[in-house]
Amino acid sequence: MNGSAETGFEPVILVFTCNWCSYRAADLAGTARIKYPPNVRLVRLMCSGRLDPAFVLKAFESGADAVVMTGCWPEDCHYRIQNVKALRRFELLSRVLVGLGLEPRRFQRVYASAAEGQQLADAFTRIVEEVRMLGPLDWGRPARPAVAASRVPDRPELVEASA
Amino acid sequence: MSEPRIGVYVCHCGTNIAGVVDVAAVRDWALERLGGHGVVVSRDYPFMCSSLGQELIENDIKELGLDRVVVAACSPHMHEKTFRGAAERAGLNPYLCELVSIREQDSWVHTDKVAATAKAEAIVAGGVLRVREQTPLEPLHVPINDTTLVVGGGIAGISAALEIADAGFPVHLVEREPSIGGHMAQFDKTFPTLDCAACILTPKMVTAGSHPNITLHTWSEVTEVSGYVGNFTVKVLHRPRYVDTDVCTGCGICEEKCPRVVVDQAFAAGLGYRKAIYRPFPQAVPKYPVLDPASCTYFENGKCKACEKLCPPQAIRLDQQAEEVELKVGNIVLATGFQPFDARRVEAYGYGRYANVFTSLEFERMSNASGPTGGHIVLRDGVTEPKSVAIIHCVGSRDTNYNRYCSAICCMQSMKFAHLIREHTDASVYEFYIDIRAPGKAFDEFYERVQAEGTVFVRGRVAEVTNVLRYPEEAAQDGRLIVQVEDTLAARQRRIPVDMVVLSVGLDPQPDAADVARRFGIGCSSQGWIIERHPKLDPVATMTEGVFAAGCALGPRDIPSSVSTGAAAAARILGRIQQREMALEPVQAIVDAERCSGCRICGDLCPFSAITFDEQREVTEINRALCQGCGVCAAACPAGAITATAFTNEEILGQIEGLLTMTVEPQPVAVPA
Repeated sequence: MNGSAETGFEPVILVFTCNWCSYRAADLAGTARIKYPPNVRLVRLMCSGRLDPAFVLKAFESGADAVVMTGCWPEDCHYRIQNVKALRRFELLSRVLVGLGLEPRRFQRVYASAAEGQQLADAFTRIVEEVRMLGPLDWGRPARPAVAASRVPDRPELVEASA
Repeated sequence: MSEPRIGVYVCHCGTNIAGVVDVAAVRDWALERLGGHGVVVSRDYPFMCSSLGQELIENDIKELGLDRVVVAACSPHMHEKTFRGAAERAGLNPYLCELVSIREQDSWVHTDKVAATAKAEAIVAGGVLRVREQTPLEPLHVPINDTTLVVGGGIAGISAALEIADAGFPVHLVEREPSIGGHMAQFDKTFPTLDCAACILTPKMVTAGSHPNITLHTWSEVTEVSGYVGNFTVKVLHRPRYVDTDVCTGCGICEEKCPRVVVDQAFAAGLGYRKAIYRPFPQAVPKYPVLDPASCTYFENGKCKACEKLCPPQAIRLDQQAEEVELKVGNIVLATGFQPFDARRVEAYGYGRYANVFTSLEFERMSNASGPTGGHIVLRDGVTEPKSVAIIHCVGSRDTNYNRYCSAICCMQSMKFAHLIREHTDASVYEFYIDIRAPGKAFDEFYERVQAEGTVFVRGRVAEVTNVLRYPEEAAQDGRLIVQVEDTLAARQRRIPVDMVVLSVGLDPQPDAADVARRFGIGCSSQGWIIERHPKLDPVATMTEGVFAAGCALGPRDIPSSVSTGAAAAARILGRIQQREMALEPVQAIVDAERCSGCRICGDLCPFSAITFDEQREVTEINRALCQGCGVCAAACPAGAITATAFTNEEILGQIEGLLTMTVEPQPVAVPA
């Protein structure tokens, strides 16, 4: 599968934000009218550490072409060190997802302090471009041709495994 | 659960949203596509946050019997409270109102109107599928103990303590040194008004020391903090003074008779002497002396006891032990201050190698009339007046090798020194600066005044202070110090001989700042300054409810700012005390004991000690008041026994589904044959 020119592919990217840093950075990008592609959609959590692996799998299942975990910089966590726990979980989940055949760029993490609206917008722009090059992800889309279906386990199994 | 009745309200925000997002299309789409998910009414309005917009929602709740509301407008950080208030007025639990952002996350960051409208629809769908799962929540009310703990007895802590005490509430003021007063007590004059620091500070110290609502704990430290906003338990260690303060009259005879003299590294900055039993300075509050066992002959070899024998009221207690007291307080102010940057670290400036290189703190003591030289500005020999003095700015500040930040006070303090030198001596004065930063009230006027007095300003960072002569024509300068600098205004290297160098050192965080932050459960930056809840709008609150910060513990600042942050913290606390109780957001983790397997995976994840294990029932319990609501435990619980209220799995999974499945059309995909 490749890129977008002939298919007009526009990826959909789900971004998990923490309430204190990255969500505020996204707010700041808005207030400062910094532009980024409309392909990203945000979910606000209190902390990146709230990110249950099930949320990520649900996002892929629901048609996201990529998922991004964003949060405070390691030393600046509102909850002291909970973003480090999120990082641990991220690394483990990344391995699982790569093992399932997912390109690593479809599951990324970005740090953004509440002051880093520009950096967050830049990261969004970069990731949208990267995923556009990767092409669509087939997970969660029923009745796909055999090539894609054989590459990933069945949907229910995935969700069960995460619960 | 019967099918919910959801209202969707799409805000134009003037043209802020409507200029990019087709608001009417979103409104119609919501009713059409989300009707099957419980949306029974969908409206748009130019300004939802206006009172008319809010009334629209309130009327619908009442007349159409809505039990859920989604407002698509600005960021929840802007107007979540507004719309929750509207829902509450109409009799709906406020936590059944969801505000989703189609402004900061959509219309303000995108230009493609079609894509932005589709994204707004997805965001609304996310809100609808999320709000369906929401349950009514009640805020947690905790009582507020009206006693306050202030840690640090510098000018910031004193200000906070006095404000609260004057309002009629008890304060415990804990200070590590034998006397309150902090660094300000060491200073001679204050810039730019040249007020005598002691003259303006000591009345405050005396008031704090004798205030009926203030309990002083000097020569003491906080060792343990537990509890939560309104209900902290704090342990304070009183180090032994070896003086019975109930009996001591503060007459000073012990200090007079003590035969042991040592260099005073603390208050006199190493320039003066003190006895083994001493008061750090004459105006110390409290007036009681403290005995330093490290320098006392009796503690060395069991002999002497001069103080004990000669004390008129028999107040010396050489067998006194440290004592720990437990305090119950409702709020805490951290005013733990700073330490001066250690000038020895900048080896090129020769502090510690060359006798006549002084730090700014040494200069403060020297220029103080009650200081070790009686206010005479002299070289290290104690008698010779300097003919020329170099003052070097930004020592340890604005320097990638040390601290990158500006220490805020050094420019003004350096110019104050220049003024005092010109006033007290005939010396010529050179200021070596990178930039002059004089942004305060009457600061720049003071800069002009110092220039007019004849101080020479050389713009350039000093490369080296040395006594090594490099050129034959410098032979006459033998024994003096030479300041090597690139004068960036004249674009040339200079070697300026002087008799005395004053290093205007920056401000460092306290060496144990990270420990203190951990003990009080707050965050500090990688340097060690306390992080405020919001740098602009909440500059004295910390991320932990009930813990406030004031003064230089937040970052370098001058005296007026220390006083105002102290007072600001006090005002925040007084407001809470007068409410008597406080509502905490019900964003929390709750354990379902039935489902808890007792695996204790969650216990290690909580940095707030909110999670405890009931050994008898073998289940985990979460203290609601300690829980900060991050939700890490909920994500980790393998049994699904922990619910993160307001961010439950069902709510978030619903939002994800709404964001992704309602508008995403399958993309055409090229499949290999």
